[in-house]
Amino acid sequence: MYATKFQYHAPQTIDEAVHLLAQHGDQAKVIAGGHSLIPLMKLRFAQPAHLVDVRRIPGLTEIRETADAISIGARVTHRTVERSELVTRRLPALSDAAALIGDPLVRNRGTIGGSLAHADPSADLPAVMLAYDAEIVAVGPAGARTIRAGDFFIGLMTTTLHPDELLTEIRIAVPPPRTGGAYEKHPHPASRFAIVGVAAVVTLEASDRVGSARIGITGVGPAASRVTEVERALTGKVPDAGVIAKAAGRITEGLDVRDDLQGPAAYKRHLASVHARRAIERAVERARQP
Amino acid sequence: MSTDTSERLFGASVNRREDARFLTGRGLYTDDVKMHGTTHAVFVRSPHAHARVRSIDAAAARAHAGVRAVFTGQDLATGGVQPLPVAWLLPNLKIGERRALVTDVVRYAGEAVAVVIADTLQAADDAAELVNVDYEVLPAVVDAERAIGGAVAVHPGAPDNVAFEWTIGDAEATNAAFAKADRVVKQRLLNRRLIANAIEPRATHASYSPASDEYTVYVTSQNPHVHRLLMAAFVLGIPEHKLRVIAPDVGGAFGSKIFVYPEEVVAAWASKAIGRPVKWTAERRESFLTDMHGRDHVTDAEIALDADGRILGLRVDTIANLGAHVSLFGPSVPTYLYATLLSGQYTIGAIHCRVRGVHTHTTPVDAYRGAGRPEACFVVERMVDLAAKELGIDPVEIRRRNFIAPDQFPYQTPVALTYDSGNYPVAMQRALEMAGYDALRTEQAEARRQGRYMGIGISSYIEACGLAPSQVAGALGAQAGLWESATVRVHPTGKVTVFTGSHSHGQGHETTFAQVAADALGIAMDDVEVVHGDTGRVPFGMGSYGSRSGAVGGSAIHMSIEKLKEKGKRLAAHLLEAAPEDMEFEGGKFFVRGSPDRTKGFAEIALAAYLAHSMPAGMEPGLDATSFYDPSNFTYPFGTHIAVVDIDGDTGKPTLRRYIAVDDVGNVINPKIVDGQLHGGIVQGIAQALWECAIYDDQGQLLTGSLMEYGVPKADQLPSFETDRTVTPSPVNPLGVKGAGEAGSIAAPAAVANAVIDALAPFGVRHLDMPLTPATIWQAMQGAPGR
Repeated sequence: MYATKFQYHAPQTIDEAVHLLAQHGDQAKVIAGGHSLIPLMKLRFAQPAHLVDVRRIPGLTEIRETADAISIGARVTHRTVERSELVTRRLPALSDAAALIGDPLVRNRGTIGGSLAHADPSADLPAVMLAYDAEIVAVGPAGARTIRAGDFFIGLMTTTLHPDELLTEIRIAVPPPRTGGAYEKHPHPASRFAIVGVAAVVTLEASDRVGSARIGITGVGPAASRVTEVERALTGKVPDAGVIAKAAGRITEGLDVRDDLQGPAAYKRHLASVHARRAIERAVERARQP
Repeated sequence: MSTDTSERLFGASVNRREDARFLTGRGLYTDDVKMHGTTHAVFVRSPHAHARVRSIDAAAARAHAGVRAVFTGQDLATGGVQPLPVAWLLPNLKIGERRALVTDVVRYAGEAVAVVIADTLQAADDAAELVNVDYEVLPAVVDAERAIGGAVAVHPGAPDNVAFEWTIGDAEATNAAFAKADRVVKQRLLNRRLIANAIEPRATHASYSPASDEYTVYVTSQNPHVHRLLMAAFVLGIPEHKLRVIAPDVGGAFGSKIFVYPEEVVAAWASKAIGRPVKWTAERRESFLTDMHGRDHVTDAEIALDADGRILGLRVDTIANLGAHVSLFGPSVPTYLYATLLSGQYTIGAIHCRVRGVHTHTTPVDAYRGAGRPEACFVVERMVDLAAKELGIDPVEIRRRNFIAPDQFPYQTPVALTYDSGNYPVAMQRALEMAGYDALRTEQAEARRQGRYMGIGISSYIEACGLAPSQVAGALGAQAGLWESATVRVHPTGKVTVFTGSHSHGQGHETTFAQVAADALGIAMDDVEVVHGDTGRVPFGMGSYGSRSGAVGGSAIHMSIEKLKEKGKRLAAHLLEAAPEDMEFEGGKFFVRGSPDRTKGFAEIALAAYLAHSMPAGMEPGLDATSFYDPSNFTYPFGTHIAVVDIDGDTGKPTLRRYIAVDDVGNVINPKIVDGQLHGGIVQGIAQALWECAIYDDQGQLLTGSLMEYGVPKADQLPSFETDRTVTPSPVNPLGVKGAGEAGSIAAPAAVANAVIDALAPFGVRHLDMPLTPATIWQAMQGAPGR
């Protein structure tokens, strides 16, 4: 089906885009790669009266390392993330996840900012953002603000981004030494969205004990979430196989896992624990690498 | 046939001549057709699976800018449009009314109730949303087994929802075989519902010329002449010669484009009603909802064996979900195309099969790649594996003990068919060698000791291709002849146009038929053009389905060429002042036997035939021949496929590690194209085993109605296939070919399922139904003791 009629805008600057968003409120949608929005528009599930195309705004397509953080422009494609040497080295869980999104065609067009703002409950990146405690930069009429990933994803395709704000950048603090991250996913055979995906970021102390651990899960529940039960079960312990398996077993505690076409809840809980274990194991392995 | 294939075009891996235009975007598909004044149709479809249409208010839609017309079922009925036909009749078949646009009761979600036609697709889309249909929603029945005799009837003429009950085989002999059996193994087997998902969605572009009173309908069809006959004579009630049907480039079909669908009927009728061409192209979600679906059987099977593992009898009871209507060839698929193959590659003393075709409030079910034969192969190959397990013998060994021996052909099965030729042990042996079967079993035993789970699955399949002797088809209920026609026209310069009634929608006929013709005439392939898919150009044709094009369509071409050669010989004899019976034709030359210097080239004879300055007495000018080839039997390709899978013990996820296929499709015209056909079929068969499954909820809503939910296969999920062939020419047709289009989809589901189930033997798993998803496998692993 053709989308319902809309007005197309192609602002040249962030300010211009924000002005358009402020002007049209929830009648407007931002478009970059269009891989989430356009299918919804063609089904007429989304019927924005205004489309604000941000592809002409310069400066949103870089990945760079500053003194204390890695900054990723909102319009950086999944493919660029996947292939970035900097991301692979500093944020391996993110590079794992980017490489598992959709297929090469999707990754070549879809953008990190678009995926986060869309907040599909089965998207890969939200779990990774939670595990890296990322900051999401949003620019509104009043200027820029940063939103912690933990405060960003609040429900089914719902974020705390305001209708008049443009997501411009993702900032992730440079992980301390002896930190490893990994993302493990069980993809849906058709869509390749995560039936369950788990991101783990683990920092080891000199004693080889876990100094800190952050675990994000996606695919179960209405939005990606952080699983502090698993984090607590790891922290302060030497992450041997038994410790990891026990911690991973708590991955769906407090989550409302339901039966669906992909299997019964019991299977999905099990699947989540398997992927949690695998993600933590790989994160620890990477943390131990010099 | 000459056995020397070294330099012949017949048997050469020529690149597909179609590909250049397809790969560079120069194909002409139905949606590419645009004429002056073309309008766009959008169908208003029922969101309910079962509902009475109380009223349709289209006033707002009609008033929408750009809208030319809105038509309802009532408009079409008043306009004389008849219900859609059924072309394969079984005894006592109950056929409920099925109209292009519903007039009273909707019977599946997605069934069309109205059409909006507008100057632009955007306007038609917008206006379709304004059509207000008042539905009285009625309870739906979705599960075929529960539908039998249930409270809700789909059609009033079949109150128990059973459209037909049909049997084949000797019940008494089968009972006797079971009575003397040492072992009987029973199993319920599901063959779930599939959706074809051709890359090109269905489409049509219909126009009507008041000047000539002719309709021209472009449509995504596998059989344009069948489309024309059915649309003209049965549905629209217009003279057949006033309807031209063109199926131009068609991007895949897998059976789903055999049938006359509501959309082309509506577009054709409306093009005259509004005086404008009308175009419609399905959206993918319409493809899911309204392309005829495939398979959907529930089968209870029993196999009777003696103590040595010899199969004495097979008893099969199948419920076939027909969906909401009896589709065009729907009755034939779960009967004559299914139960007649239940002997597989084996000597089975007695077979009996009952099939009940049952209505539900789901999309109608008809032919999908393999059409009946994959269902049969799955039953036979699963039951043979279950029998082997029960008796504690290797799956290879039980097959060996029961194979029809090479000297038993032609072989009469207990279920009507006579197999033409075969050499089953050799094909299996080759597959076992390629697989390294014994080493795989050793590896499997070692893996099990280490707590890893790999499985090896074998599927020795038979299929029946090349539909069929028309007389037999007619006796079995077909309302059509199943011959094929070909006109081979030699132009005065010796160039050749082949007009074939077969239709290529991925098969590569423009290449293979040019090879057949050029090879037989000893001319260059570039001198042969192949024309198909247009009732205005091709004399007549039955189209392509059931892997029949090479065997039947190719043979018709061969027959016409023989006629041309005969005429050419007589003309050459006349010109060379020789006796016609002394003439030979080889390498593109007519020559006098024993005097190879007394020759006339093919082009010389062609020119002479058209100049007609010197002809033998009574010979007509021109060089052009038409043939109708009606085969004397089906052809029976066969082979053995072997799948090797690994199961992730943590998640239950199966990974197909290797896939070995040894096929015998008779003589091969183009090995590269046959490889492609086999690869594609295997992929679809693997997909059925592992991913594809159409799922409805209890209200008849299709839950897997998009590519985001329905698991079509992707290249990166598959290993490189290891393929080889044995060649047992078919004695049925002059080319010795059998058919290759469906073999993979027939063999692969059982091979993969047998492998997965074999992998799970340590968990006491005896059987699992497809699709073998990680969740299904993991749950089976939990059910076993000791884990």
